[in-house]
Amino acid sequence: MSGYLIQRLLLMIPTFIGITLIGFLIMRLAPGDPAELRAAGGLGAAAGAGISTEKRGAVDEAMAQWRAQYGLDKPLHVQYWVWLKNLATLSFGESFKDSQSVWAKISERVPVTVTLNVWSLIVVYLVAIPLGVYSATHPNSLGDKVTTLAAFILFAVPLVWAATMAIVFICGGDFYYLFPPGGLESLEFSENWSIWKKFKDHAWHIFLPVVLLSYDGFAGLSRYMRSSMLEVLGQDYVQVARAKGLPERIVILKHVLRNSLIPQVTILASILPGLIGGSVIIETIFSIPGLGQLGFESVLARDYPTVLALFTVSAVLTLIGILLSDLLLAAVDPRIVFGRRQQ
Amino acid sequence: MSALQLRTAGAEEMVVDSGPSGGLWADVWRRFKRNPIALTGFYVVCFLAFAALFADFLANDKPYYLQYGGKTYFPIFRSYLVGAKLGHWPAELLNVDYKKLEGARQIFPPIPYRPSNINLLEPLEPPSAKHWFGTDKLGRDVMAGMIHGSRISLSIGFVAVGIAVVIGIMLGAIAGYFGSWVDLVISRFFEVMLSIPTFFLLITVAALLPPSIFITMAIIGMTSWVGIARFTRNEFLRIRNQDYVTSAIALGVTDRKVMFKHILPNALAPVIVSVVLGIAGAILVESSLSFLGIGVPAELVTWGSILQEASTTTFAWWLAVFPGFAIFITVLAYYLVGEGLREVLDPRLRGLR
Repeated sequence: MSGYLIQRLLLMIPTFIGITLIGFLIMRLAPGDPAELRAAGGLGAAAGAGISTEKRGAVDEAMAQWRAQYGLDKPLHVQYWVWLKNLATLSFGESFKDSQSVWAKISERVPVTVTLNVWSLIVVYLVAIPLGVYSATHPNSLGDKVTTLAAFILFAVPLVWAATMAIVFICGGDFYYLFPPGGLESLEFSENWSIWKKFKDHAWHIFLPVVLLSYDGFAGLSRYMRSSMLEVLGQDYVQVARAKGLPERIVILKHVLRNSLIPQVTILASILPGLIGGSVIIETIFSIPGLGQLGFESVLARDYPTVLALFTVSAVLTLIGILLSDLLLAAVDPRIVFGRRQQ
Repeated sequence: MSALQLRTAGAEEMVVDSGPSGGLWADVWRRFKRNPIALTGFYVVCFLAFAALFADFLANDKPYYLQYGGKTYFPIFRSYLVGAKLGHWPAELLNVDYKKLEGARQIFPPIPYRPSNINLLEPLEPPSAKHWFGTDKLGRDVMAGMIHGSRISLSIGFVAVGIAVVIGIMLGAIAGYFGSWVDLVISRFFEVMLSIPTFFLLITVAALLPPSIFITMAIIGMTSWVGIARFTRNEFLRIRNQDYVTSAIALGVTDRKVMFKHILPNALAPVIVSVVLGIAGAILVESSLSFLGIGVPAELVTWGSILQEASTTTFAWWLAVFPGFAIFITVLAYYLVGEGLREVLDPRLRGLR
């Protein structure tokens, strides 16, 4: 077990270097000099609108100084090495935008995005598994056909459309006001509220974002669940369980369900990166101060250290997700031997 | 491509249920036709391709036919000639508003607007007989924007996936064919691409580079090839050890010829399904990008950019309903075609229905 874990962790190193190298090169080679942008921002319109050569010289000098301060004047490989060394101490440098520590900016927003994504995962599994079980135990019934078709259609609904429709029709536009159009707490929120009231307010705010983040997940997963259930139902040992007179409920819940859950564990790994991507859209639309919104704002502001840090954090989360799901898989399925994973 | 090149698993059945064989693709089409849902999806895709191809004839501020000042013109056709530098506009038609021509007889397309026609007198009009799907903030006709937007959507889907197919098949074929350390290195690269937060990478690159649909196509293509590459690799690994490949190699056929002439045609079936689903994916990603306002130039009307406007002017429900529905139907149609093809092409699923 520990040998396998070490082997997997070692294999993650080249993957990690590959990911960060790609991210790093994109940030550094993209056109548009951050120093130029910063100078334009800092000096206002003066930088662009025909300033004297004398002043231009001063601006250039300030830019050079700023580049040196952030190490942007060194060759690329040196910059990458410095970035990696800083990473070892969990330092992502300072934001170009407001000179705050990038790590502080990110850790402040992690809880928001994690809360949203954990709730979405819970919703995904809570909806998908019963639906899948129902479909598989009533194959080709009307109910099965309807759920399968509904899941298929739901899977094709674009997130941006679903979110926009929600904003337009049920978030207090000209139609209905069932949910708040954005944010995480009401304007009149106060610390004096009872815990129950705070919880209700919070739930009211995150309900729509969570539903929107999870619907394509449960649509997809319920289809997987159905087919993996059907596969297990066809196995001999299920016949045996029935033949020895076990009630159907026990056969389904104890013998079939458990085994058909095994493949769903691996899907956890493929859902994680999707959830992070989805957060960008949802957090931007509902103005939720999470990692996705921070990422989008930093990209627009060309705040390279922050973008690169977020890129790294979500890649690491994805790698951990893959590793975790492999370990979980081995934990729930004794047939899987560590180190001999089948492709 | 002959029936002999079918994979072994499907070959027996081929003999049973096909009469005179027209080859794999004729067989695929015959089976595909039997699935009415998938066929509906296929017709929707054809309809969208038609709308994209003939967008200029469906929504245009120029008439098909114009009789003016004793002369007859065909302005839409002429615009193609002018575009190809084969002709020029007569002086009396240069930059005119055709709808205001005095005493002219003309026939307009069903939607007599182009998406670029700004009319500040009619901002945010709800759907009416004049503007079927209403107008946006600048008074542009939404229906015209959607018809011309289908061009962007479909071309991004096809070009992006085309790029992904080329990269994916090349890398997958090399990894699967040569195996050993080549496979190890390339598979590591696949893992890197799989663990990269793709959507975040996309918005980063799209926002850093100047807005252009060609760049958007390229970056969507360059980030979406991993699935195709892995399918290709696995198929190549499987087929590589079959006797006919071994004998081809023993006969001294070059590696390149074995890979692309002998193995690739047999490895294509599972790849094709992921290609069709990939088109839907690329269309979804493009709409999300233009919804966020990055990737495509601001003045270009796309399905995603109309949706974005709806999220800020929330009373204008027509800006949300129609373009979003267009994206949804397009994606659904490709999914249906993909699922239909999967059933037809995957021998393990044959006979299950």
